[in-house]
Amino acid sequence: MTPNPPCSSGACNGGGGNGNGGMNRRSFLRTSGVLASGIAALAASLAPLRDLTDYTSAAEFMQKHYKELSKDDMDKVLDRITREVEKQYAIRPHVKDYKPMDGVEFVYCLNLTRCIGCRKCVHACVAENNQSRDPEIQYIRVLKMPHGSFDMEKGDHNYSTPTVPEKGFFYMPVQCQQCKNPPCVKVCPVEATWQETDGITVIDYDWCIGCRYCEAACPYFARRFNWTKPSIPKDSINPEMSYLGNRPRKQGVMEKCHFCIQRTRAGKYPACLEVCPAGARKFGNILDPNSEVSYILRTKKVFVQLKEELGTSPRFFYYFDV
Amino acid sequence: MINATKNYFHFLWRCGRIAFVGDWRYYAWMGILSVIILLGINAYAKQFVHGLMVTGMSDQVSWGVYIANFTFIVGVAAAAAMLVIPVYIYDNKELHDLVIFGELLAVAAILMCLAFVTVDLGRPDRFWHLIPGIGKFNFPGSMLSWDVIVLNGYLLLNVHICGYLLYCRYQGRTPSKWFYIPFVFLAIGWAISIHTVTAFLYVGLGGRPFWNASIVGPRFLASAFTAGPAIIILALQVIRHVTDYRISDKALLTLRSIVQVSMLINVFLLFNEVFKEFYTRTSHVAASNYLYFGLHGFHALVPWIWTAILFNIVAMFILVLPMSKSLKYLNVACVLAIVGIWIEKGMGLVIPGFIPSPLGEMVEYTPSLNETLVCLGIWAFGLLAYTLFLRMSIPILQGRIAKSNEGASDDHLFAAGQKSDQTTASPHVTTTHI
Repeated sequence: MTPNPPCSSGACNGGGGNGNGGMNRRSFLRTSGVLASGIAALAASLAPLRDLTDYTSAAEFMQKHYKELSKDDMDKVLDRITREVEKQYAIRPHVKDYKPMDGVEFVYCLNLTRCIGCRKCVHACVAENNQSRDPEIQYIRVLKMPHGSFDMEKGDHNYSTPTVPEKGFFYMPVQCQQCKNPPCVKVCPVEATWQETDGITVIDYDWCIGCRYCEAACPYFARRFNWTKPSIPKDSINPEMSYLGNRPRKQGVMEKCHFCIQRTRAGKYPACLEVCPAGARKFGNILDPNSEVSYILRTKKVFVQLKEELGTSPRFFYYFDV
Repeated sequence: MINATKNYFHFLWRCGRIAFVGDWRYYAWMGILSVIILLGINAYAKQFVHGLMVTGMSDQVSWGVYIANFTFIVGVAAAAAMLVIPVYIYDNKELHDLVIFGELLAVAAILMCLAFVTVDLGRPDRFWHLIPGIGKFNFPGSMLSWDVIVLNGYLLLNVHICGYLLYCRYQGRTPSKWFYIPFVFLAIGWAISIHTVTAFLYVGLGGRPFWNASIVGPRFLASAFTAGPAIIILALQVIRHVTDYRISDKALLTLRSIVQVSMLINVFLLFNEVFKEFYTRTSHVAASNYLYFGLHGFHALVPWIWTAILFNIVAMFILVLPMSKSLKYLNVACVLAIVGIWIEKGMGLVIPGFIPSPLGEMVEYTPSLNETLVCLGIWAFGLLAYTLFLRMSIPILQGRIAKSNEGASDDHLFAAGQKSDQTTASPHVTTTHI
């Protein structure tokens, strides 16, 4: 692909050159010189790639979409993840692919009268779900709101009073609302996120391309992006892991609250509920008429679905003791 | 068949060869662009290693200048249609030979668009998930999957039309209408669709009231049909200046009337939007408030948007007044319009959609140096691509590179980058109109 030498000096103008394809020594040297310096400049510009530590393995690169993995494929994938976690965090995890249970649709109810804004749920969530600690990724955002208003623009996201609750305020934790009509699922160009039969919207971290369209689409600021390689101290790893849930994520993919799949699909409560000192959080199966959440939604006069007018139909209900 | 393939490769070889040849200004220009591209590659390599952390984006403002530039440039690509429509629907003779320059601009612009979305991906190594048939393509659900189809389709259409017409001109034969006219008409509709679909990327998000407005689509088109032809007006004058390719003033003034009407519509639609937001003052006005006046003490975009509005309005007045019949003023108006729309359609559209956040949080966004270098690199890449396309196609259009002079040396073209009096460099100038 080497062209004839450029004759910008004008010496070759007017057809005075040495004909088609002819190459004298001087022009050859010049062309090779230009080529060599071009390649050197390109190599120099690519130098930062030397710091690349986290290569994508061939198996990971070729891995199929979650829904297309056979049982065997999944076993191999779980095995690969186990080895990766072991290598990176020096701990042997139990990685499982928890499936939704039949006849179960999860619903969350949160009592705004009770919540005291202590943010214990925020931190329990981070610990349970192996979120990056630096930079720290949190799924739950607690808003401190002045009495009497539901206008979130009046909420304080960064309150840091020595004690809570403060007089004149109420506290509203917001996390993934597990919508029945999730805008994030609709916009994903590669179906890396979808709604499972138990109502949990999940992400295949190995399929997400990191376009962040879902993050733009979410009306609840529930989605988080791994802007850089997540870092978790080795002794803080939770070894009970799920493929669609809390296994460690990689740089450049989305994540979000998944109702603690590794707990709730094994019959336990989510971590945020268990830690709540005020008993403000209720969780359960709405298809079971005897569940706590069924009782709350049946008997409470008023409950709120955030931004109901958007038609997202959240499975997350805020209620009050009135 | 073998002969035809051989001929075609010889044609490509000669095009490739000429791309490396020019006068000192050509080398200086391409040299500077190459350096900026290398800086951009270097910045992208850093981002590839450390993640999008090196940008100014955050979970609150999760798209930034990459997507802003992408949005603007999709409009530039769409604007090629504004050259094609007058020629093929209204049979405008003045613009006839210039259509190809518009379409080449569209090709360069789409290449830039693809680069801008690629650098915005967190996992570029998984790009194949987006390929229909191989990956898992959420079509028709996701507007982004529509965008993948329309942008790549538009790229192919324009590459086909330009490539076919240029090759026919090279061979000195009349292009067969069946091979390109249907595609030309398809491309007109397609041009409108690329910008409509890009608008729908934003419009379809119910959680972002700033974008979830039906006027966004029409505004996209109006601003694209202003900025795009404005860029073509400037590009044509550069071509006229540095080569001996003849472009009439009349052609430029035809484009002026397109820019004129589009700019009027653009400013009118802007006024509609501003009225709706600020007269009703629902809670949805927050993002517009932030954009135009600042909100809760945050006002990073305020100077930018007022600059854009000032530029747009001044450009509109110059364009409407007879003074813009003088190229000097027309150029001023074009530059103002391009810069104004770049701000308004880029940062002015993308960033306020995120501020305040859906939970009412105020987090501002400023592009980082690394991010800016990547953007500059892509702009330089686009300019380099467009320059190369022009460098190859102009000698073909002039008949200087043609099948009939295949055996001869192309050395006489080494000076073709300069403006010269030798308009008769080749006796084989064909009269075939394309």
